[in-house]
This record gives sequence, structure tokens and C-alpha cells, in this order.
Amino acid sequence: MPKRADHFKINCSAFLDASGNPIGELPEFANSRETLTELYSAMVRTRTFDAKAIALQRTGRLGTYASSLGQEAIAIGVASAMTDNDVFLPSFREHGAQLWRGVSLEELFLFWGGDERGNDFAQARQDFPVCIPVASQFPHAAGVALAIVQKGEPGVAVAIAGDGATSKGDFYEAMNVVGAWKLPAVFVINNNQWAISVPREEQTAATTLAQKAFAAGIPGEQVDGNDVIAVRDTVVRALTCAREGKGGTLIECLSYRLSDHTTADDASRYREDEVVSAHWKAEPLVRLRAFLIAEHGWSKSEEENLIHACGKEVEAAAENYLATPPEPARAMFENLFAEITTDISALARELNNG
Amino acid sequence: MAELTMIEAIRAALFRALTDDPDVIIFGEDVGIDGGVFRATDGLIQRFGASRVRDTPLSETLIAGMAVGAAAHGLRPVAEIQFMGFIYPVLDQLANHASRLRNRTRGRLTCPMVLRAPFGGGIKAPEHHSESTEAMLAHIPGLRVVVPSSPPRAYGLLLAAIRDPDPVVFLEPKRLYRSTSEEVEDDGEALPLDKAFVLREGEDVTIVTWGAMVAEATEAAQQLAETGVSVELVDLATLKPIDRATIRSSVEKTGRCVVVHEAPLTAGLGAEIAADLAEHCLTSLLAPIRRVTGYDTVMPYLRLERHYLPNTARIVEAVGGVMEFA
Repeated sequence: MPKRADHFKINCSAFLDASGNPIGELPEFANSRETLTELYSAMVRTRTFDAKAIALQRTGRLGTYASSLGQEAIAIGVASAMTDNDVFLPSFREHGAQLWRGVSLEELFLFWGGDERGNDFAQARQDFPVCIPVASQFPHAAGVALAIVQKGEPGVAVAIAGDGATSKGDFYEAMNVVGAWKLPAVFVINNNQWAISVPREEQTAATTLAQKAFAAGIPGEQVDGNDVIAVRDTVVRALTCAREGKGGTLIECLSYRLSDHTTADDASRYREDEVVSAHWKAEPLVRLRAFLIAEHGWSKSEEENLIHACGKEVEAAAENYLATPPEPARAMFENLFAEITTDISALARELNNG
Repeated sequence: MAELTMIEAIRAALFRALTDDPDVIIFGEDVGIDGGVFRATDGLIQRFGASRVRDTPLSETLIAGMAVGAAAHGLRPVAEIQFMGFIYPVLDQLANHASRLRNRTRGRLTCPMVLRAPFGGGIKAPEHHSESTEAMLAHIPGLRVVVPSSPPRAYGLLLAAIRDPDPVVFLEPKRLYRSTSEEVEDDGEALPLDKAFVLREGEDVTIVTWGAMVAEATEAAQQLAETGVSVELVDLATLKPIDRATIRSSVEKTGRCVVVHEAPLTAGLGAEIAADLAEHCLTSLLAPIRRVTGYDTVMPYLRLERHYLPNTARIVEAVGGVMEFA
């Protein structure tokens, strides 16, 4: 009989079920009403932004937009686990995390409205802008982690992408070096079950995405991505591990894309409404609100005040965005190089004469 | 001053950069204890340690992407792609990220990285080792592309590339790595990244070329001088941005131009140079612009390589053609 060369195990953690009932003992931070309301408020704020962004796109006032509907717990769980020393490298569906990190609503509207200034964050200066080419941010995260090590900084590079990204070579190549060099990097997968029209089951024969970590020699974990407590707890543990010099982790967050892929997509072409409806029962806001009501006396007026405040803030940000004139056309040349080259200044002159 | 080959000059520049700037870091495949497959990094790991001279996994996309991330977070990575034929997966990182990070963040994040790769044919290397794909790279806005053609220019241009605040692809003609030695002063002086070098002044015809073709063109110019044709030889050196002013003023003087490159003809950089001259120097031209290039075919294996690469005879013939025209 051949002897077993190695063996692997994948845990899937969860603290709240879909109805908001606790499953076992909660992590310490989840006993604080203040912390939980902060997480809940951030998720509501994210969803309010999302609805406004879609409304603006539908009325021709924003570009193509990728909704994060139903996946807010991943964004907020990840970002709330991070510190200012860490560097975030997001995909295009993690608005909630960017907002938590200090990117402003106006900046997000600007970016999705087609203005590069939306990436010139006033805060979170070290964070990367949204990465559109899927999975290509993972090698960047390895590079940031390398720079962190070389400079003796206390941070961790945290990159996130969707389930489709795990089929790409960049994802594996980056994870492999994180393992080989024990780099301080945490890779998060928002497994929302869909890569545009291709479902998770058709994406890979792997039974979990987390197991892909084992090929790179780093730990892989699953977590209920609709449970913000579980996401935060898992990411905190991974960040602590990375900060202690023990290397990186891959975290697969299980969730569901309740929206179309983007505003340019029509998901009814490839999935049944009934399937989507079933997943609404497990969405992340409802369960945390239920828990807050049951355990911390979250009141109707608190809920109303929160929704009102988020609506007001998002409306104001949208108005500021809409009132911001585009940059002058020459802006397309001004940051190509640190110093404008002869060729480029000739183009800028041509543009001004045109 | 020491006589150095190009590979030694490159190593000297890397040594200097590592010494001068603690943020400079070298990584790539086999760059550590092996010193690189061409020995460009020979001895650097012994002097600067394994944390600054790092062997990566065999992973080109990673090498380029990691350079982007490291550069954006404050390092000055000098990454090596082992052979030009392996650069294709890297185009994603160069075109989508390195070249546009400054622009898309309006200057918040930048990418001061250098990607080195051996370049071109002529050393009877295996398949996928001898290509010249500089035009693909030069087509990417926001990227600088540099090709040295002598040991002192390799030294000065590589130092400039490493110190430049933006991404630079540094293509090293491997045929010139050890072909000659020249005096190189290891004084830390960089050369400009936007100036072509007029290697030989002449009156009758301008030859614009770069990389290993500079040696062929130099030989051609000598042969032509014996027949009374005076060649002005321009080593373009920085392919992006192109020093159009130097080329134009040379051709305005000579009235004739031959562009020589190893890469295939169609959509090669010779087309850009010819178009620029047609737009800006038409009234100075005495003859059609000629291009002497690799053929529009797949780079042959080593047995036929010499038939593919432009050589002195083809350059002399092309110059003869433009001289006969007028």
C-alpha cells in the first residue's frame, strides 16, 4: 500500500446562521454592540451607495458599474480586520472595503463615472486602485509584501478577487511566491458563485477554492462570506499570522452575487430568478440586523436613522460628483511620465490647437 | 578606467545601483547563486545578500507583476526576464499596469521599475530565444524602451533606467554581451533616456539603427567610406520615447535614410521612423527611405539564423540603392 505523502484539511467558519442565530461561541469583538453596529452601518452604507450608483448608471450619469449586492459582509469583514499599515489591492466589486479604508463616496463615484481622479485617494494613499484585469493584482500584492519585508514595515498586503480569478495563472504564481518566500500577504476570494455567466461548478472541478492554497504551500480556509463576524475573525487571524512572519493565507468567502455581473450584464440570460430568490434568504445584512435586534436591542428608530443618514450622505456625495467638471483634456498626458516628454508635449499642443 | 564587455558593464551598473540606493532590489530566474544565465548578476548575491538579489520561482507574470507592486510600494526593482521569447506573458503587466499606474492614479502611485531582458539573435540560441519584439513594447504608452549597443552606453543607460521614476524595459543585445570590450568609467554617471547617439558623422546618408545592428551598420559605414559614401550613423538607443529631433536633423543634412533593425519589417519601428521623416522632412529627402530588417517570417532555428538577420552586405546594398536614386 502506498504511504500517505501529505494530507490537507479545510475548515469553514461561521458564527451566525442565515437567521442571525449564533453558532457556538462568538469571537471577542462580536460581543461589543458598538463594533457590531459599526460593521452593520458600513454594510448599509455600502448597499446605499450601490443602489445610487445603479440609479445613476441607468439614467446615463455613471459608466458601467459592478454591483456588490449581497457581498457586503466580505468587503466590510476584510477591511475592518485591516490596519492603516496594511495595503489593500481590490478587484472591482469591493466598494465597501474601499469605503471602510477611507476612500470617499465622491472618489468612488468619480472612478465609476470615468474620471481618473477617483483613484487619487485623499486617504488610504498606499492602497491600489481597483484592478479590472482579473487576478493581475495578486502579483502586485506579492510585490507590496516584498517591499514591506525589505523595508521592515509592519503591514500586510491584502488582495481580493472573485471566484473566476482562481482559474488564472497570476493567482497561482503570486500565491506560490507568497508561500516560497513566506511573504506577508493575505489573498481573499469573494466566491459569489458566478464569473459573469459561468457558475462556480463549471469554473473548476476543485471542491473548494481554498484548497488551491495547498499547492502553494500556504493555509487555505473557507468562511461563510455572508457572516461579517466570521469574515473579520478569519482575516484577523490571517493578518496576525502574516505580521508574525509566518506567511500568507488564502481565504475563500462563500457568498452569492444577487445582482447582474455589471450594469452591462443581464443575468436572466443564464440563471433563473427562483435560484437567486432563494439566496436572498442568506444575505448578510438581514442576519446581522436580526442578531443586533435579538442580542443588543437594535431599535426601529436606530434602523431608520441609519438608513436616513446613509441616504443623505450618499445623495450629497452623488451631487458633488455630478457637479464636478471633467478634467481638461490635456490631463490625459500630464501623468504619463514624471516629466512630460518631448513627444507628449507635442501631442498636448496638438490637442490644444484642435 | 577598465576595459569591460557589455555584460561586465551591465554588472557594474547593477553593482553601482545596489551600492548607491538601498531600495534597489534585483530578482528573476537564476539571478542569485548562478549569477544569471548570461552572468549579468554574477557575484551580486555574495556582495549584497539573498534579500536584495533574489531567485524567483519560474514565473514570468509574477516577476513583472511583483516588480509593479514592489515599485509602487517604494522599492526600485530591477527584474530580469531570462529570454525575450518569455516576455509575452509579461505584456499584460506592462501594458495594463506598469505603464499606466501613474496616470490612472493621477500620480499617487508610481512604478519606478526596470525589466531587463536579453534581446535579439545571432548567438545560435534555441527556439524562442532570439526574437526582437521591441516594437510591441514601444507601442505601449507610458513605457520607456531602451536598447544599448556598447559597454559604456549599457552602463550609463542602465543606471539611468534604474534611477528613472517610471517603468523602463531594458533590452540587452546578447550578441554584443561579449563581442567587444571598451573603456567604461564606473563613475555612476547616467546617460539621458531620450537622446539618440550620433556615432559617426557623415554627409550622404543617415543610417538609424539600434542594438546589435549598430555593429553591422558600423562595418557597413566603413566599407561605404572606402567607396566614397559618407554615412552618418545614429544609434537610437532609446526606442521610446524616440529622439525624433536627432533623426530629423540628421536626415535634413544628408537627405537620405536607411533604417536597420532585426525585427520583422511590417509594423516595425522602421515604419514609425520612415513615417515621421515623410511627415516632417519631405522636402529634404533626395531618395525614398529604405528599411533593412528581419523578414516577415518566424525567426528561424539556428541553422538558418544568419540568413534572417540583416548584415553588412544588405545594409551596403540598401545604401547603394538610395545613393543611386539621387
